[in-house]
Amino acid sequence: MSEIISSVVAHYNYWIYIALMMIGLYAVIGKKNLIKKIIGVNIFQTAIILFYVSIGAKKGATIPIIHHGPGGGHHETTASVIEASQYMNPLPHVLMLTAIVVAVATLGVALALAIKVYNQYGTLEEDEILSRIRVR
Amino acid sequence: MSSQYPGLLIIVPLLSALLISVAGWVNKRLCFPIAVVGLSVALYASIGLLLRVLAADPALDGGVVLYRLGGWDPPWGIAYYVDRLNALVLVVVSVSALLNLIATKNDVRESFSTKIGAFYTLYILLVTGLLGITVTGDAFNLYVLLEITALTGYGLIAMGGEYRAPLASLNYVYMGTIGACFYLLGVGYLYMITGSLNMADIASILPGLYDSKVVLAAFVICMVGVWLKMGFFPLHAWLPNAYTYAPSAVSSLIAPLMTKVMIYVMIRLMLTVFTPEFTFSVLALQTSVVWLAVIAIVMGSILALGAPDVKKMLTYIIVAEVGYMVGGAWLGNRAGMTGSILHIANDALMTLCVFLAVGNVVYRVKGYGFDDLRGIFVKMPFTMIGFVAGAFSIIGVPPTCGFFSKWYLISGGIEAGHYGFVAALVFSSLINAVLFFKLIEVGYYGSEDAHHHHGTTPVSMAEAPVSMVVPLLIVAGGLIAVGLYTGDIVARIIDPVIAQTIMD
Amino acid sequence: MKFLGIIVVVITGALLVYTTGDFPSWSDPASPASTHVSPHYIEKGMHETAAPNIVTAVLADYRGFDTLFETTVVFCAGVVCFFLLRIPGRSPFTECQYRHKATGITVRVKHDRKMSGSFGEFERIDTLWTPHDLIIQTACRILIPFIQLFALYVIAHGHHSPGGGFQGGVILGASIILLAISHDLRTALDRLGEKAHAILCSVGVLVYAGTGAVCMVLGFNFLDYGALARILHVDPVMARSHGILVVEVGVGLAVMAALIWIYSNVSSRGNYDEGL
Repeated sequence: MSEIISSVVAHYNYWIYIALMMIGLYAVIGKKNLIKKIIGVNIFQTAIILFYVSIGAKKGATIPIIHHGPGGGHHETTASVIEASQYMNPLPHVLMLTAIVVAVATLGVALALAIKVYNQYGTLEEDEILSRIRVR
Repeated sequence: MSSQYPGLLIIVPLLSALLISVAGWVNKRLCFPIAVVGLSVALYASIGLLLRVLAADPALDGGVVLYRLGGWDPPWGIAYYVDRLNALVLVVVSVSALLNLIATKNDVRESFSTKIGAFYTLYILLVTGLLGITVTGDAFNLYVLLEITALTGYGLIAMGGEYRAPLASLNYVYMGTIGACFYLLGVGYLYMITGSLNMADIASILPGLYDSKVVLAAFVICMVGVWLKMGFFPLHAWLPNAYTYAPSAVSSLIAPLMTKVMIYVMIRLMLTVFTPEFTFSVLALQTSVVWLAVIAIVMGSILALGAPDVKKMLTYIIVAEVGYMVGGAWLGNRAGMTGSILHIANDALMTLCVFLAVGNVVYRVKGYGFDDLRGIFVKMPFTMIGFVAGAFSIIGVPPTCGFFSKWYLISGGIEAGHYGFVAALVFSSLINAVLFFKLIEVGYYGSEDAHHHHGTTPVSMAEAPVSMVVPLLIVAGGLIAVGLYTGDIVARIIDPVIAQTIMD
Repeated sequence: MKFLGIIVVVITGALLVYTTGDFPSWSDPASPASTHVSPHYIEKGMHETAAPNIVTAVLADYRGFDTLFETTVVFCAGVVCFFLLRIPGRSPFTECQYRHKATGITVRVKHDRKMSGSFGEFERIDTLWTPHDLIIQTACRILIPFIQLFALYVIAHGHHSPGGGFQGGVILGASIILLAISHDLRTALDRLGEKAHAILCSVGVLVYAGTGAVCMVLGFNFLDYGALARILHVDPVMARSHGILVVEVGVGLAVMAALIWIYSNVSSRGNYDEGL
């Protein structure tokens, strides 16, 4: 029993990311409204961000900014040895900064395309658009 | 200077894209020359790289050119690794992009007159992204570049002015983003288990972890992402519409290059990151993937038979060709892998060739339905010479290069005892023959029943401008040249690649 | 489609949950991710780049090439939105509404030629116009300079605290978008026109890529800021720190301009006439 509990504690946020990701995936596959699909894609991307940030977590560590004296910035001032275990893993945060930016850019482009779709067909419901294409 | 080739390869196109963007607001006539200069430098650098890699001794340093970006050593910074495999793909990408750029100059000037700066900016950025994907040795960097090609691709496709283009592009956004996200997730799994993002570094850590479920999941997730991006059969739904309704200058850039570069990524993952030992021995997926490829080939060919117009027919042929390459790579023997790598280059060239020809036809006839091709041989003889060369290569008629890669693929299939794959290849070649001879028949004899075109006016010659025909004929000549030099390409480029990864 | 969706989602989800069994435990300091590459950044980053914020150091230096393309992605999005949506020139048949400031009388003008700006007593208003809230307008006018100041701080202080080019650029962009929302799009565009968006956007990325190219010209690898030591007359480690600052400024410019560019295209559907 305690094994199961410890396994749950060790992995539950990975399950949350999977749940979130599947919600996004379902929205992309199952929804007919094009904006809802865009939201689904965004949820999907957010789930991945949650996953990466989870990798970066480290028990008992603080944000990855080296504590330095008021002199500030000059590399000579840090006399004490820096232990890697004191600070969070910075790499996933860097990667996710990139992924967030990419997500924003994709969202902008998707919205622009949605506007273009709306201008063209007068609706954002996929089945209505398809029936309009067929009539044409 | 030559040590900076990998840097120049990416940086010069990037800088030229930015300059074009500014020039678009200052003086529109500067856009095209800057684009040509940027891609020419990229081509020069990629040929230089290929020569350097060929001159390097594989036994000494693996025949790899290493370029440290920012001067940091690999696992910490991002590094470019150029070996024979990606040097080949780099040359193919930059040649195709440059030729297409020149060939479509008139077309672009007429269809995008007011936004020519934005068009060329996106065009060059797309090529930069493709080159970057090919040259990079960092798994995450690949993702960022993947998104650059994707975003620019979405924009370029949707501007076709075709009624269905925006919807096709939006569907591509959904599938493309999901595909890229899957790849990103797979990289995350790899990072979690190995702690590294550098491909070579990951490859050196992985062998101790082969029995971990995480590695298995990472592999499958990456593959699904890449397959989504390349339009491998059950995941291909976005591809035909997106490529068909794109403007012809864009179709002839994206259709040859995008899927091929994704195939390259797949092979890179299989050979370098996960090593053939894992892909073919530890994993029990080999046969099922090849069967999936068989279905892709058969379905692609059948759908091509039912396609309503020329461009859509060609896009379904691309779906089938993706099946060729995925299947060949997954056969798990030298001949199959050789065929697959060779087909990346060949298929890029022959798809470029036919799409350029169709682009010329669209430029003159303003349509790409089967009916628009009536009497086209009389009207545009030189364009059709190029088209026939491309068609013969896709069918696999001997002196053209398509024959040789198909030969390797079939012999790989026989060697592996996978006769389903062999049968699918033969079936698809027959279908291609039927499709193209039907087109050629319409184009050659179609003018006789000219009563469709109300009147007795004989069809006169109306060839596309020289700047459009010459690049097409260069590509067509290239198809035969590559075919004739297949032996050299295989012996000097592809064999060492496979030998390096110790496959058999 | 819904049924298919549920099947796909359930199967994929189940497979993914199954693989979590072999994951390293959450927040385990001994997991491979925390022991292989990242300790180098934490332990050496400060000495090698003189940037106490390791995220900034990794973002703009160790993995600066990623960030260059990340900025390019934003630039791409700006160009794509412009490319897709912008309707060049104003259609001659647009109907414009002008409001007499003193009396509140609204005049509707068809076939608008050169009305805007020539009538001091009139102001151009949106079709769906509601009287502007004085409190909102004034509050935003007062706040925007401070928001922008804070954005500059965030960009400049990215070495020492959370922040950097992206964050600062977003805040800068948001300040202008706030102006557009609280007043109208035209007011914002009068301050910073379309051409300025486009050119600033490419200039921002050019600053980044140009810094890298300068390093290359000086005989180092691309983006190796250590090369800047010769120009700046400091030691290579401080040169890296300065290099990071320069590229952060470029990123900030590009992100700000791209966000405003995207906003004005998307919100006005490309005619730059009336926004949200």
